[in-house]
Amino acid sequence: MESILEIQGLTKTYPGGLTALDAVDLDVRRGEIFALLGPNGAGKTTLIGAVCGMVRPTGGSIRAFGLDMARDWRRARARIGLVPQELGFDILESVERSVRFSRGLAGLAPDPRKIESILRSLSLWDKRDAQIRMLSGGMKRRMLIAKALAHDPELIFLDEPTAGVDVELRRDMWRLIGGLREQGTTIILTTHYIEEAEEMADRVGVIDKGRILLVEDKDTLMARMGSKEAVFTLSEPLHALPPDLPGLSLSLGEAGRSLCYRGSGADADGELAELVQALVARGIRFSALDIHESTLEDIFVDLVENGG
Amino acid sequence: MSGVVSFNWRGAWAIYNQELSRAWRTFFQTILSPVLTTSLYFIVFGAAIGGRINEVDGISYAAFIVPGLLILTLLSETTTNASFGIYMPRFTGSIYELLSAPVGVAETLIGFVGAAATKSLIISAIIMVTARFFVDYSLAHPILAVGIIMLVAAAFALFGFILGIWADGFERLQIIPLLVLTPLTFLGGTFYSIDMLPELWRSIALVNPIVYLVNGLRWCFYGKSDVSIGVSLGLTALFLAVCIGIVAWIFRTGWKLRS
Ligand SMILES: Nc1ncnc2c1ncn2[C@@H]1O[C@H](COP(=O)(O)OP(=O)(O)OP(=O)(O)O)[C@@H](O)[C@H]1O
Ligand SMILES: [Mg+2]
Repeated sequence: MESILEIQGLTKTYPGGLTALDAVDLDVRRGEIFALLGPNGAGKTTLIGAVCGMVRPTGGSIRAFGLDMARDWRRARARIGLVPQELGFDILESVERSVRFSRGLAGLAPDPRKIESILRSLSLWDKRDAQIRMLSGGMKRRMLIAKALAHDPELIFLDEPTAGVDVELRRDMWRLIGGLREQGTTIILTTHYIEEAEEMADRVGVIDKGRILLVEDKDTLMARMGSKEAVFTLSEPLHALPPDLPGLSLSLGEAGRSLCYRGSGADADGELAELVQALVARGIRFSALDIHESTLEDIFVDLVENGG
Repeated sequence: MSGVVSFNWRGAWAIYNQELSRAWRTFFQTILSPVLTTSLYFIVFGAAIGGRINEVDGISYAAFIVPGLLILTLLSETTTNASFGIYMPRFTGSIYELLSAPVGVAETLIGFVGAAATKSLIISAIIMVTARFFVDYSLAHPILAVGIIMLVAAAFALFGFILGIWADGFERLQIIPLLVLTPLTFLGGTFYSIDMLPELWRSIALVNPIVYLVNGLRWCFYGKSDVSIGVSLGLTALFLAVCIGIVAWIFRTGWKLRS
């Protein structure tokens, strides 16, 4: 598939000597939602800053839309939208004027209808004449999104768009981001909420200490790395594992009162069904069955702790 | 799709517009403060002291101080306006938008410096009208006067812009206007002709660049001054060029703007 963003060997060492990005290679495809996951200080914001122009890279190259960002930054930036992690406004400016300013800055002619539709889609239209300082925290976050959308970007960066936003608003944002994707906008987002990546992302990248640990299709990743754990609470304790059970990864719990199955990947579901049938056939009775499927969160914690 | 290739006019215009609208929000402060200061200076220097000094260079004292007052307010207002203009986005964090937008040095400068200079021109006009209520001054070379005012406004808007990028806090923002500009302006022949000074002090005064600004403008008003108009114009242009150079360097290196 066509790449919209190609990053090669991107390195950033801050003046203090800290290397926030260490030879990062990353390709983002046109039209996808790419979630960048990583713990605090991993380098997510630095990566976004390097692409968007707030951070001067120490090395490497960045191409967006096939344009070299070091040379053709003007043309490339006109097609990129940015929702920063931190709120930052001229708080005395009115909502509508502020969005209009963003559009002008990108070099586009004024378009009041466009701005109205953006503000309406973010439920900010009623506040259009209010000064930004009079908005609530959640409204300010949406305001950042409105400003980033003012020039119809093809590629949009959302740096923790849902930090400090309540559940309902977070769902609204997911819908909005989903809608953008429908229209063909490519979205790169960072988040600490793994469920967010799980819910929305097409692909996931994990970054830690300035290094990309992995980039993978979300579904493939979950299938490959996702594991299933099933714990049977047995009615009668077992003293040993039944010798004739098919070659599954099984273990006995405390005093033989429980039986634990661990499986991973696409086969796990089938294996578990097989196991249940085998237990029933052997007259091994159980009073409870607890199944736990690992989430992206588990995968992520695992990756970061074990360094990939 | 936008046609941004080499120069983003709409971006520059957006910045310019936003900066002027910021001034509009503080309209009364912008307008009233120069009117008030000018009036005060005329009451104190023009009326109270001027009553005892008859003429300087054949010009009534009250009329003599008009160009100096103009420069005095012009320098401080322009520098302050321009430095706040770029310092505020840095302070609030909204600078991210400028840094990630398809605007470069030229657009940013036209926007910020243009707006600061525009405000200064409006303020200059207000001062001249206010002064008219106190004294009947004449204007020998009006076009050249406007030219010098524009040159000075542009130069000090750039200077303020540099200050606003250099400053890491509100205190630093005020310190240069307060500790450097104001003293230099007062010592720069605003309220007197440097010919009135003893020889030694006169030589020292000639090192003060503001002497040349004040005298340049004074020449435009009355056709005479302590130093030649050519030198005045040349030095102002030189200062402007140095400021442009510094700003270009700031943008090339990202100094204090990009991390
Ligand atoms: N301007 C700066 N100067 C020096 N070091 C910086 C600067 N900005 C970030 N860093 C450092 O670079 C590293 C990466 O920071 P970055 O903001 O990119 O992390 P992040 O992944 O966005 O973290 P978070 O999830 O907390 O937002 C951190 O160690 C941080 O302290
Ligand atoms: Mg961050």
